[in-house]
Amino acid sequence: MSDLYQVSVSPHIREGVTTQKIMLCVIIALMPASVFGIFNFGFHALLILLVSMLSAVLTEYVYEKLMKKPITVSDLSAALTGLLIGLNMPPEIYWWIPVIGSVFAIFIIKQLYGGLGQNFMNPALGARCFLLISFSKQMTDYASKGGFLPLVTRVAATTDATSGATALAYLKNGSDFDLGALFVGNVQGVIGETSVIALLIGAVFLLLMKVIDFRIPVVYLGTFAVLVCITAAAKGYGNPFIFTVEELCAGGIMLGAWFMATDYVTSPVTNNGKIIFGAVLGLLTWLFRMVGSSAEGVSYAIIFSNCLVPLIEHFTRPTAFGIVKEKKSKKEAAKT
Amino acid sequence: MKRLTFTGGVHPYEGKELSKDKPITEVRPGKELVFLLSQHIGAPAKPCVAVGDRVLAGQKIAEAGSFVSAPVHSSVSGTVKAFEKRKNAVGEMAEAVIIENDGQYEKVRYNPAESLESLSKEEIINRIKEAGVVGMGGAGFPTHVKLSPKEPDKLDYVLVNGSECEPYLTSDYRRMIENPEWIIAGLKCILRLFDNAKGYICIEDNKPDAISRMQSLTANEKRIEVKTVMTKYPEGAERCLINAVTGRKVNSSMLPADAGCVVDNIDTVVAVYKAVMLGQPLTERIFTVSGDAVKDPRNLSVKVGTSYNELIEPAGGFIGKPEKMISGGPMMGFALYGLDVPVTKTSGALTCFLHDDVSKEKETACISCARCVNGCPARLMPCKLATFAEHHDTEKFLEYYGMECVECGSCSFQCPAKRPLAADIKSMRRTILANRKKKR
Repeated sequence: MSDLYQVSVSPHIREGVTTQKIMLCVIIALMPASVFGIFNFGFHALLILLVSMLSAVLTEYVYEKLMKKPITVSDLSAALTGLLIGLNMPPEIYWWIPVIGSVFAIFIIKQLYGGLGQNFMNPALGARCFLLISFSKQMTDYASKGGFLPLVTRVAATTDATSGATALAYLKNGSDFDLGALFVGNVQGVIGETSVIALLIGAVFLLLMKVIDFRIPVVYLGTFAVLVCITAAAKGYGNPFIFTVEELCAGGIMLGAWFMATDYVTSPVTNNGKIIFGAVLGLLTWLFRMVGSSAEGVSYAIIFSNCLVPLIEHFTRPTAFGIVKEKKSKKEAAKT
Repeated sequence: MKRLTFTGGVHPYEGKELSKDKPITEVRPGKELVFLLSQHIGAPAKPCVAVGDRVLAGQKIAEAGSFVSAPVHSSVSGTVKAFEKRKNAVGEMAEAVIIENDGQYEKVRYNPAESLESLSKEEIINRIKEAGVVGMGGAGFPTHVKLSPKEPDKLDYVLVNGSECEPYLTSDYRRMIENPEWIIAGLKCILRLFDNAKGYICIEDNKPDAISRMQSLTANEKRIEVKTVMTKYPEGAERCLINAVTGRKVNSSMLPADAGCVVDNIDTVVAVYKAVMLGQPLTERIFTVSGDAVKDPRNLSVKVGTSYNELIEPAGGFIGKPEKMISGGPMMGFALYGLDVPVTKTSGALTCFLHDDVSKEKETACISCARCVNGCPARLMPCKLATFAEHHDTEKFLEYYGMECVECGSCSFQCPAKRPLAADIKSMRRTILANRKKKR
């Protein structure tokens, strides 16, 4: 019987893409921002990133071992979650806070809901919001000693940088901020969000590798920009356009739009759904940042929109090829 | 050059360079030929010879079983040895006529037509029917049925499908390079049936020499045009091709004729030419033997009834022990567990792989990456459909248009979690269709 050939249902070839490769691509894409964060904020930032990744991977391993499930840490999705948690931490935070975050993200948000692909909310952001509530003081203390080598000389606008006020807090009052510093990233904030240029390099890499679709981030940023611009003009801020660009470059919106909102599991699979999802994100972020009392809003906007995904997917279900006409003609026939 | 296409689709490795420059060579069959009675969609043919009869090449050995059916002809001269069940490419046992080849290749006398104009439309259809011409792209729909729509005057396009989007296959390409005049002549025969139709020869842009060859030969033909379509799988799927070339849409409950189109494969058109103009029945076809397991991938002219076993040697034999043999191309073909299978009118290729990619893959969790959704030419959500299929949720499966699936396999091909999406959806469709039949 050994002479028989293998049989299976067609197709008999597969593309090389795997979950592991996709996750690796995202991790690579986050490297510019991570490296910049370490240079900008110093050795402690590196420690935070490593601790978060390790604890996330370990949590998944231990859970799956205890539950006698197949070990899936090699798909790198836990490592990515850990890295994102680390990048969302203030630079001088106690090392055990991100560890709590990682355990919460992997154990509560991911594994208890059924593991990879089943969580309804982005684990890293869920953990961040959990930590923001639990450790609000530590989580919003952005004071930093400064990194290994200051990539750019500190600019005037960040004179009270040591006190830890973020660029967003300035913008909240409608005052201006140094756009160059925002773009390069020599400002206060969580480890991974400060450098727009580093994040954009990663985003372009993901777009080129066809790992992410442009729809969610572009619609998200676009909706947000339009709303902010209108608000700024209505409130009579100096130059609404410059203000809008500054809002886009400050805070976590770049990190959120390109790396967190595009998370496959917690975003719609349909193209129209992606557009709606992006628009909802833009609207919510605008509401939280410009209308609400908080300066930040990306994390909350994303986890809130994550919960809307099943609904969005339901309403944007594509009509199968060739079916549309039939329905329409039936309707037309019913009318006449 | 305008490239026409459809939405969705994937880009598998083409593998055409292995055999695309190999001219068609003829293969002489062995001692025993097996003629399956069901080489087409519809009722099986009914044998019209008896055991012990001597038959000639081109002689009818089985009559069409009903209107939607096609006769079968012997491809060699010899004696009828037996009627028995033999294995077909799908792995089922099917009724067959076994003929012993006497090696003489003595032919019956064909009845060529004087000219196309001298034949009436009924005569053309009848000649196609008598010659047992069926769709040779793989489906095997009897061509005389396809060419007899209810309102022939409302047919706008006759599409000759030369896209050959299936990886590794090069037989249609060789036909276009070696016998383009037969294709044009065949298309003219079909156009004669439809007074208001235009003939389009559709070729993927990875075959520029075939395109220019066809273009130069059809330059003076008013009713025939060459259309360049994008190289993408499944460009040659009937509904995709119609959409790419004419912009019209066909769904699962329609026939192409409902959208004013008829699509015929390259080799089918050649068979139509031979049937109508030369009076020759369909007894041979072109066949690609390719893949990394054979020494010398080739395009062969093969007589219907030849065993797949006899096609390995003309391709130089195996390099090593192959793990997987596929009747057809790797995207839509059938995996064979043994080569003791006869060539039928619809078998176009044997793809031999040293390694089976699929069996090594381990299925992991769906991450909702939407690659299957974006690749689906039928605009379905394969990730959801496969889950419904796993749960046997017929209602949801139908609500998400599961029956519109064209079974092209693009979803499985692209899935990073290596889910057998196409397989799950296929089996669910089979179950639903079988249940519907039962109810009737």
